[in-house]
Amino acid sequence: MRTFNPEGHTAHAFDLELNEVKHKVMTMGGLVESMVHNGLEALLTMDQQIGLQVTEDDHKANQLELDIDEDCTRILARRQPAASDLRLVITIIKTITDLERIGDEAEKLGRIAVKLSNEANVPAYYKDLHHLGEHVKVMLRDALDAFTRMDVEAAFHTAAKDEAIDTEYSNFSRLMITHMMENPANVSHALDVSWCARSLERIADHACNICEYVIYLVEGQDIRHSNLDEMRKKLL
Amino acid sequence: MNEEVTPLPSLEQDQTSEQTIEEIVASLGETVGEPRVDDPKMSVSNVNVFYAEKQAIFGVDLDIANNEVISMIGPSGCGKSTLLRCLNRMNDTIPICKVTGELMLDGEDIYGKDTDPVLLRARVGMVFQKPNPFPKSIYENVAYGPRLHGLNRNKADLDDIVVNSLKKAGIYNEVKNRLDESGTSLSGGQQQRLCIARTIACSPEVILMDEPCSALDPIATAKIEELIDELRENYAIAIVTHSMQQAARVSQRTAYFHLGKLVEVGDTDTIFTNPSHELTENYITGRFG
Repeated sequence: MRTFNPEGHTAHAFDLELNEVKHKVMTMGGLVESMVHNGLEALLTMDQQIGLQVTEDDHKANQLELDIDEDCTRILARRQPAASDLRLVITIIKTITDLERIGDEAEKLGRIAVKLSNEANVPAYYKDLHHLGEHVKVMLRDALDAFTRMDVEAAFHTAAKDEAIDTEYSNFSRLMITHMMENPANVSHALDVSWCARSLERIADHACNICEYVIYLVEGQDIRHSNLDEMRKKLL
Repeated sequence: MNEEVTPLPSLEQDQTSEQTIEEIVASLGETVGEPRVDDPKMSVSNVNVFYAEKQAIFGVDLDIANNEVISMIGPSGCGKSTLLRCLNRMNDTIPICKVTGELMLDGEDIYGKDTDPVLLRARVGMVFQKPNPFPKSIYENVAYGPRLHGLNRNKADLDDIVVNSLKKAGIYNEVKNRLDESGTSLSGGQQQRLCIARTIACSPEVILMDEPCSALDPIATAKIEELIDELRENYAIAIVTHSMQQAARVSQRTAYFHLGKLVEVGDTDTIFTNPSHELTENYITGRFG
């Protein structure tokens, strides 16, 4: 397995630029991680305040995406990076797109929580999102850790969890369909909950993408759309 | 996967350590990548070059393919220019220089007893770092080689050669009305294209370029790079350059040299996005010194 070190350039300013932009990605990662946590929390507790907080944080995440994009453009123009430096910049550009979308999904959770907080007789099955949500949170945290440490093994391990989450999501969808069939009055809420579950599942997909970028960054191999197990055997 | 590649001492350490160059070179290991091609125009095998006692090139194997640009990159003093100059025996002019190993052009040994270096240099032309037109007219600059080698039967033939060479070098339109003017009156970029025309005029099979754009502005550089890409259709081209971007732009294969050793060779695309050897990575990402 290769190691990855973004430092050691003859031009020290380049080291600083890369480190700074990498640090910003980590900040953005931390922000969207807390947004997902808060979005889920808002849903489970029907807390309007937390829901609104997520919506506000989404603006911050969007702004960070713009800032980091600009930094990357400047690095490409100024430094014309090659090899691992080039892969780092490409990885960052792709990663922040996924982070921004994770932020959007979290914001949806927050918005639905705000809506629900104003309604009476909210059915209890919102609580069922808890299990799926916890899995997704762990996966996102692990993906961000893999990015921070540039850890290919952890990236493979985390990406592999996506399948379990997909299964969990299908089970959850079936449950919601049952609720809808039991009583047509449930349809509106069951649909909302399904959207939330869908958002959580999408967040896991984005986390999986980030893992794939980490593998590309360190190993120089684009493993998207390939068999994870085979690639793992080949690279590790 | 590069588990076999052990971390290497930095260049700075190389210079200050007790190790001799030979020991350091030995520690670099085998060349990474495939130095051979299916149908080589030129083939270099186990070539060593010495300047008196000092060894400048260590056991290099490398093929130069037809219709392909190969770029040779590496830090100053890595031997890339030395190797380039071996390919048309320019090193013969340096008395203390000794070349061992095998250098073939179409399967013939270019250092063989029967090889005339003057004829060799017509087949393997060279373009230098600084444009060096003869202090003669533009026409004479291009006509000199063909006349020397007797490539023309008459004046009309020679005129054709001159015009065609200037056209191929992409400079004809700029000089067609002043072929009698001195070659040195042209701009730097034009002079370099004139030198390329002069090389082409001898109907070479291989063109060697030693940092052909390092004295030129970006526009002249772009023109030369475009020209290199066009010339590739008819010639095998080897280019030594200090500009990594240039190597990435113009070449199909890239060879990385370090302390006289060929460290890595491969597809330019791979070398610049995902090199295998740590030294190559360090060099192209600017991590030396």
